[in-house]
Amino acid sequence: MAASLKPIIALVGNPNSGKSSLFNHLTGLNQKVGNFPGVTVEKKSGFSQIDGLGNTEIIDLPGIYSIYPRSLDEQIVAEVLLNHNEPTSPQKIVVVVDATNMKRGLLLLTQIIDLGLPTVLAINMMDLAAKAGISYDFIKLSQKLGVDVIPINARKGEGIEQLKKAIAICNTKKNQTVYQLPQEANEPIVEVRKHLGLDNSYEAYQFLQQPKSLDFLSKENQKWLDEVRQRSGIHSGKFQGAETILRYSYIQDLLQSATLKTADDAWKKSSFKLDRILTHKVWGYLIFFLVLFLVFQAVFAWASYPMDFIDGLFADFGNWLSATLPDGALTKLLAEGIVPGLGGIVMFVPQIAILFAFISILEESGYMARVVFLMDKIMRKFGLNGKSVVPLLSGMACAIPAIMATRTIDNWKERTITILVTPLMSCSARIPIFTILIALIVPDTTALYFFNLQGLALMGLYVLGFIAALVSAYIMKKIIRVQERSFLMMELPTYRLPKVSNVGLTIVEKTKSFVLEAGKIILAISVVLWVLASYGPGDKVEKAEEYVMQQTANMRLTEQGLQDRIAAYKLENSYAGVIGKAIEPVIEPLGYDWKIGIALLTSFAAREVFVGTMATIYSIGSVDAEDQQTIKSRMQSEINAETGEPRFTPAVGLSLLVFYTFAMQCMSTIAVVYRETKGWKWPMIQLAYMTTLAYVSAFIVFQIFS
Amino acid sequence: MSQTAKNVATMKPGEMGIIAGFTDDFLATKLMEMGCLPGASVRFNFAAPFGDPVCISVLGYELSLRLDEASTISILN
Repeated sequence: MAASLKPIIALVGNPNSGKSSLFNHLTGLNQKVGNFPGVTVEKKSGFSQIDGLGNTEIIDLPGIYSIYPRSLDEQIVAEVLLNHNEPTSPQKIVVVVDATNMKRGLLLLTQIIDLGLPTVLAINMMDLAAKAGISYDFIKLSQKLGVDVIPINARKGEGIEQLKKAIAICNTKKNQTVYQLPQEANEPIVEVRKHLGLDNSYEAYQFLQQPKSLDFLSKENQKWLDEVRQRSGIHSGKFQGAETILRYSYIQDLLQSATLKTADDAWKKSSFKLDRILTHKVWGYLIFFLVLFLVFQAVFAWASYPMDFIDGLFADFGNWLSATLPDGALTKLLAEGIVPGLGGIVMFVPQIAILFAFISILEESGYMARVVFLMDKIMRKFGLNGKSVVPLLSGMACAIPAIMATRTIDNWKERTITILVTPLMSCSARIPIFTILIALIVPDTTALYFFNLQGLALMGLYVLGFIAALVSAYIMKKIIRVQERSFLMMELPTYRLPKVSNVGLTIVEKTKSFVLEAGKIILAISVVLWVLASYGPGDKVEKAEEYVMQQTANMRLTEQGLQDRIAAYKLENSYAGVIGKAIEPVIEPLGYDWKIGIALLTSFAAREVFVGTMATIYSIGSVDAEDQQTIKSRMQSEINAETGEPRFTPAVGLSLLVFYTFAMQCMSTIAVVYRETKGWKWPMIQLAYMTTLAYVSAFIVFQIFS
Repeated sequence: MSQTAKNVATMKPGEMGIIAGFTDDFLATKLMEMGCLPGASVRFNFAAPFGDPVCISVLGYELSLRLDEASTISILN
């Protein structure tokens, strides 16, 4: 492919440097999320039309402070910058620096320059710098640094054309270095360069500093590098402090000669004033809870309209398919397996979009950093980190993007605990289950004048999930022992108005990756499920119609009633029914029968399947499967054969509610935890503890209330 | 930890100081990357409601740190 011959451009910069704004401006809607080969981490890239280069791939790398990694995000960047042997490796770098915060950004720039790749410096937020009264001599900066320097305002798109031109013409690999490598390292560096065929000394030095974290190296090479490192005594951290000081003193000199005007902090005054309120011991928390309340309100109230609409659309489409296409197994698979399965995914899009709109607004404005600041002390008591707030919050929409958001947590233990407890936060897939079970056992009346009892019950389940997450985190904090030290060093950026297009693109990106990630799995499950429920051992399933006709010959059933009975009989004798009956002894103490057992099994892969299975089991096949009123009345009239009482007593309902609050029941989450923790250990531990918690709690609840 | 010298954790809101050095090598490399350099001026802005973490100004921007980390930065004043 011709595209592989074109250079790939990587954007590198500090967090809050406006890198994403620049990326969005360069690529617009032309973005995609994929994987870096060798690194099991996702890559955000897009294409931009650049004169002289044509359609060029741009990679947006996570924001970092230094090439020496502390968090997983930073490690990803280090790996991408140090690995030149993949077709996806960047050949040119654009370093984005905040004009009001130059020194810290230039530290990273000098490290990148020393790596020797063609580099352009984009000085962003020139509007803020102008407002603050800061100005620089760009020509001088460029001469001294040996790279092109382009002032830009990424939010407004100013300077983008000049930046593109600079990207097109920057080609030469530079040999000038800012940092003189320590004498002791010279010999081993020569050795490494020769052994691995590297053409840059600083790069070889980085290989020596962090061989174990560079996943793209072969095991032998990692071992070999470690030996060289041991032999020459270059352990990480030995020279790093001195390097940082030297780099900063270089930057100090550089800026001294290239700064035309400096500013004091006067321009930050309003930001300081806001902080006084937003981090206040009373107002701070009050405002945070108000924000949370607003988010909840939006996710649950506003999203219900588009969700109902999508739901109806897919149901209609399924019905239309079964009416239009010729009768047969394939039609059934489409209309009863795949279309409802897809509908189940797309239905959650409004909630996820709204939630990520809020999260992205909170992040863009700088408020999220204050939430981390407010919550850190409290979260730490539970073995978490202030930064765990974002994943926990996102977990209320969907655990998949939430778990990916834990990468910013530098500390391994705190990150692992956050990953382990995030699925306990009630995600949107639990809502349909909660809604139908609550409708079944909680009366629709008002308590305390205006609180709806069912609404309170729903909220109670969310609180229950949250408490379970905190308690589990606390227990894990006591169990997991590691040497690694926990720390929090985070910029509190100046408050800014969020930019609409950035928020919009975040929504598109997150929603897209949810639909694709979850979609693949749910689709596969719904096909398997459909097969299990449609076929069975022996010929009972095929002969269902005959059998039911015989049985009901004397009953005056309507055509509808007959079809329902046939469907129910088929299910009972299908593979799913057989399996459900086999596990009945295990779930009986929780108050469930084999029919609920089928629903538990099918929803093991994705909990939202529960309602659909219930609909099938209680033979509503012919009625619109998502019509909860009908499912509800069918479930209500279901009789427990042993007691003669209704099947869904309050005890059974409560037991199911508690079970679904705690149980893992989500294959996509397991997959994403596997990917993020790079192994089966943690997803298996997570599955085991959550299932045990769900089983034991449901058992206790059922025994108490029955 | 016994602190004989003054450090960032003992500063009061609005107080300014000059960074003298670090008492913890591991944190020192990270703190220096974030701009807490020996000789740099530091201003203590405010603490979070439970006294931890704290917000300081250094190198022209606002940095939040936990109290444990702040206490490893010794200051002259």
